Amino acid sequence: MPSMTYGEAIRDALAVALARDPAVLVYGLGTPDPKGVFGTTLGLQATFGADRVFDMPTSENAMTGIGVGAALGGLRPVLTHQRLDFALLSLDQIVNNAAKWRFMFGGRGSVPLTIRMILGRGWGQGPTHSQNLQSWFAHVPGLCVVAPTTPEDAKGLLLNAIFGEDPVIFLEHRWLHNVTGEAPEGFYRIPFGQARRLRAGADVTVVAMSLMSLEAAHAVDHLAREGLSCDLLDLRSLNPIDWPAIDASVRRTGRLLVVDAGQETGGVAGEIIAHAATRLWGDLRAPPRRLAMPDAPEATSPALTAAYHVRAEHIAAAIAEMLGRSTDTTPLVAARRFPHDVPGDWFRGPF
Amino acid sequence: MTATLPQRLLRDMLRIRAVEEAIAERYAEQKMRCPVHLSIGQEAPAAAAGAALAPTDLAVSGHRAHAHYLAKGGDLKAMIAEIHGKATGCCSGKGGSMHLTDLSAGFVGSTAIVGGTVPVGVGLALARQLAGRGEMVCVFIGDAVLETGVFYESANFAALRRLPVLFLCENNLYSVYSPLSVRQPAGRSLAEAASAMGLNATAGDGNDVLASHDLIAAAAARIRRGEGPQFVELATYRWREHCGPMFDNDIGYRSPAEFEAWRALDPIARLTRQLLAGGGIDNAWLAATSGAIKDEVDAAFAFADASPFPGPEAAFTDIWSPEVAACRR
Repeated sequence: MPSMTYGEAIRDALAVALARDPAVLVYGLGTPDPKGVFGTTLGLQATFGADRVFDMPTSENAMTGIGVGAALGGLRPVLTHQRLDFALLSLDQIVNNAAKWRFMFGGRGSVPLTIRMILGRGWGQGPTHSQNLQSWFAHVPGLCVVAPTTPEDAKGLLLNAIFGEDPVIFLEHRWLHNVTGEAPEGFYRIPFGQARRLRAGADVTVVAMSLMSLEAAHAVDHLAREGLSCDLLDLRSLNPIDWPAIDASVRRTGRLLVVDAGQETGGVAGEIIAHAATRLWGDLRAPPRRLAMPDAPEATSPALTAAYHVRAEHIAAAIAEMLGRSTDTTPLVAARRFPHDVPGDWFRGPF
Repeated sequence: MTATLPQRLLRDMLRIRAVEEAIAERYAEQKMRCPVHLSIGQEAPAAAAGAALAPTDLAVSGHRAHAHYLAKGGDLKAMIAEIHGKATGCCSGKGGSMHLTDLSAGFVGSTAIVGGTVPVGVGLALARQLAGRGEMVCVFIGDAVLETGVFYESANFAALRRLPVLFLCENNLYSVYSPLSVRQPAGRSLAEAASAMGLNATAGDGNDVLASHDLIAAAAARIRRGEGPQFVELATYRWREHCGPMFDNDIGYRSPAEFEAWRALDPIARLTRQLLAGGGIDNAWLAATSGAIKDEVDAAFAFADASPFPGPEAAFTDIWSPEVAACRR
């Protein structure tokens, strides 16, 4: 399999989809611009034409409804928001039309609309450029919500979104765009509702998603060197959730930590822990735990974000504590040789 | 014998009114257990559009959609059954009065959020344009839609791409109980606002069905010639309460005198008088047409009455695609 970045995998998925089916449309603010939405749409307009790959007015709500209408008219639109925060202007069309159409007309019509929302973080993105409101969307019947972590999953889940028959909120973390991994060439689909086991283990089940799955993987690898064995599930799909995979893992380990990529209150982690408490009570050997973003907006100053996010060392410490152990997380912190407000050396701002 | 255009318009208006009055008459029976927004008094724009649009053209609408659905050719039995919450309804009982659809008639859907289907109609027009097909989309709206952001966003894109879309605005002066005077600055014309967004806009008397038809047909012809999106504003008036079967001229938000002035402009009475005087119809035509409509309406209510309710399991179907629903089990 070729190696590519997460951002390249997104672009590859879009190119494969556009080549495969003339019904596929790709649009959004900046889609054909010189930066091409962090490179994820670069060159697509030149290859597939301005009818199918286009920029749009700064009209998020209408352009979402236009996507709904285009989908009802037989097309497969992909709409991109460079930040999830911008998509909040389109909630009426997402919730009242895209999510409800199939149901409210008794199955007459479906809305295969994919909405990419990019999650910002760090580098002073601040209160309205760094929100991950994933649980809002996961709460709405009729929507599918996915948050891939790896290039392979980003491509396969995006193709599944485009060629499925549901409206899909596709959450891609800006900090994952430069993560490299192998991804198959050409067309393939990864079905929704299936978690991916990133690490197999016996002592604790760790469920994570999006960027948090990478942080969790660092933590789990660190603990493995200390003899602790964690079963790490990358959720991939927030609605539908792969309950069978979670159930099977928790039944084996008896311990559950959920690392949420969104705010704590009303979040996905709470849902998974409620599920474990109500369905798996007899299997639990310790109280479940969660780590999430605090119930506060993300500030702009680097001085205010240093302790805001959950990082590998927090995950490792929480797991060790659940097992009655302690761990020295100094190596995890030392492994990051770049400031806390950037994903790596590759990121020099501004967006 | 083929009906003349005026005969068709009169028949369609009579049919819409008969359906709406039957709903009003029977609403107290409590079998129609959902809000209903009746079009009595403002049948002309719907009938005119129904005649001006081709059967293959598409339409979307809002909460007051019975007339639009019927004029576009939507199945009457399925609509009445839907309002009764029956499995045979056009949405299988999941939508009610405010969600109507009949894809075979090109009536894609009406929804209950003001302005909600405006971009949907524009998106349908985009799909038609990209497919190189000639059909247009009619987006039925009311005056309040000109107060929503999504209208201006959608109109801008329709103008930008010269999409084959007709915004048909019934200005009935009220949004629920709020008159235009508390919602928009005095002296503003809806058509001018639309025009400023790049829509080719005209306005006329929405209680004169022949004039309404002329305006809509002219706009439709411009769309078919590739001249881009059009806006037609038709002034009209709703006779009954905003939502429900009753009259509400006594509760204080509008005057009985205003209502009587508009009732004198009844589009059905006007065309009937005109056609009887000019020989376009006679009393026998009128009696036969009204009789046939009454039979059809009675049959639709009987169908709804006789139809089964959906089973309880249907409350949990049609949410996700079968593929996704399967992995949620």
